[in-house]
Amino acid sequence: MTKLVSIKPARVINHFFLYAALAVLTVIFVFPFFWMVLASLKTNMQIFAIPPVIFPKPPMWKNYILVWQNVPLARFYVNSIFVSSAVAVSQVLTSAMAAYVFARLHFPRKHLIFLLYLGVMMIPTQVTVIPLFIIVRKLGMIDTYGALILPFLAYPYGAFLLRQFFLSIPSDLEDAARVDGYPRFTILFKLIIPLSKPAMVTLGLLTFMFTWNSFFWPLVATNSTEHFTVQVGLAMLKDQLHMMGDWSTLMAATVLATIPILIFFIITQKHLIRGFSLSGLKY
Amino acid sequence: MPTPATFKKKYLSSPLKKEDFYTGLVCLAPSLVIVILFVVLPILFSLGISFFDWKILAKERPFIGFGNYIRMFTNPEFWLAMKNTALYTLGVVPVGAVISLAMALLLNRYIVFSGFFKTAFFLPVITSTIAVAIVWLWVYNDHNGLLNIILRALHMKPVGWLTNTKTALPSVIIMSIWKNAGYHMVIFLAGLNAIPESFYEAATLAGANGWQKFRYITWPMLLPSTLFVLVTNTIFSFQVFGPIYTMTGGGPVRSTTVIVYHLYVRAFEFQEMGYASAAAWIIFLLLIGMTALQFRLSGKEKLL
Repeated sequence: MTKLVSIKPARVINHFFLYAALAVLTVIFVFPFFWMVLASLKTNMQIFAIPPVIFPKPPMWKNYILVWQNVPLARFYVNSIFVSSAVAVSQVLTSAMAAYVFARLHFPRKHLIFLLYLGVMMIPTQVTVIPLFIIVRKLGMIDTYGALILPFLAYPYGAFLLRQFFLSIPSDLEDAARVDGYPRFTILFKLIIPLSKPAMVTLGLLTFMFTWNSFFWPLVATNSTEHFTVQVGLAMLKDQLHMMGDWSTLMAATVLATIPILIFFIITQKHLIRGFSLSGLKY
Repeated sequence: MPTPATFKKKYLSSPLKKEDFYTGLVCLAPSLVIVILFVVLPILFSLGISFFDWKILAKERPFIGFGNYIRMFTNPEFWLAMKNTALYTLGVVPVGAVISLAMALLLNRYIVFSGFFKTAFFLPVITSTIAVAIVWLWVYNDHNGLLNIILRALHMKPVGWLTNTKTALPSVIIMSIWKNAGYHMVIFLAGLNAIPESFYEAATLAGANGWQKFRYITWPMLLPSTLFVLVTNTIFSFQVFGPIYTMTGGGPVRSTTVIVYHLYVRAFEFQEMGYASAAAWIIFLLLIGMTALQFRLSGKEKLL
């Protein structure tokens, strides 16, 4: 994406405006986060002081300790990490297996099943959330990890993404392996999957992130702090603290809830951004 | 359905075919079972429920035909929620697309630190909706929120961004555009990247200016990306819930009650699963209709 595109003659003045625009945009996109961090280091007195206190002196690092002591944030982290990892690993695996059938195997009605998968991707969560709630409740799984994981062990999007990728692998390799007598299973796990590692990693990271950030279903499917994910915990905390006007604690909690996913993003951004741009090429 | 004999011939007549068939069963089963059990069946179930007076704690769940639909269509709150959802979608989708396209065009050339800018614009995308909503709750705060501090510094009257019925919905719209602009920018960048350099070179030789190149090369070549951004963002915006739940609770005076928030309140606060399922199906049908319409308008039916 950084290849030299000389659409216009690069003039100094042009460049000045270009970088000025980018700088303004950067401020717009980053400053609210910075503002949150500043608020998290103020006392509630400073937060509502007029004229406003911009840089709190001394910074109230104590706010963070208070949050950590009073809110089971660690528990929410563990829940979110556990649920998101389980869903991501399972979706990558089930998607790879399904995608292999769609891409390579001689299987009855596979095009019809694939069309069904495409249709399913268009269905909004809200249509399924009520019956899902009733089903999960019948299974006695409300407010358990099962409720957060089981319905998401597989999803059509991954199968779709990996199918495209598998189709791009030359079939000569597979034919050669078949002539040598290797069974399909071995070919899938020893040849196709290793060759598709980048796509699988991208899919896993995307799934992890979507699960980590999902809100609607965890909100209705859990009702105790024991099973709250970070998002639900944060929303509940907001309800309490917002009412009390305790902004500094709320901001400190939001910073703490955001940091892990920021670190995750900075480490994985190459894969993640590619994954996001892939999603646009599906048409 | 094929008869057992033709089925056997087609899929089980040789060891290689047999292997494909059984491998296929084993490989497809986990995915297919989950998708059918937790997506396909719930949709059908949802349609069924929508014809019953289904309260989760009630013993009796009488069949009431189109009762829920009639109740919904005669409920002013439903129409208000539809109107707010439409306004929200109309606010978010076109403006968001223009802004993210502009951002992509800015970054689609040789830029020092382009990775840094991309990361900065992408931060709100990867941050959860709830965290972002809380950040903006503070930006919009009546007393010392960032925006009102700036207004006061400019000697202007502070605005009750989320507490005034006139500004609450636009405020949520601005936040949503801000949150998703980076994602759509990346989609546009991928689309721009796929346009062959030689097109622009040929246009330069023919004496085209910058606008003409955009109008006759970039814009038509970007159509699939634009369509993707418009369609997915319409679908996504129509289902907005997290920011409303966190920032306004549908208020003030229901000025930000959107359709999914209405559904949520009905289903999980009033336990009216039948009514809420009817609402869910109306949302679903509207989404299908809008997607089809957008494809038709852009003459890209074949792309589906």
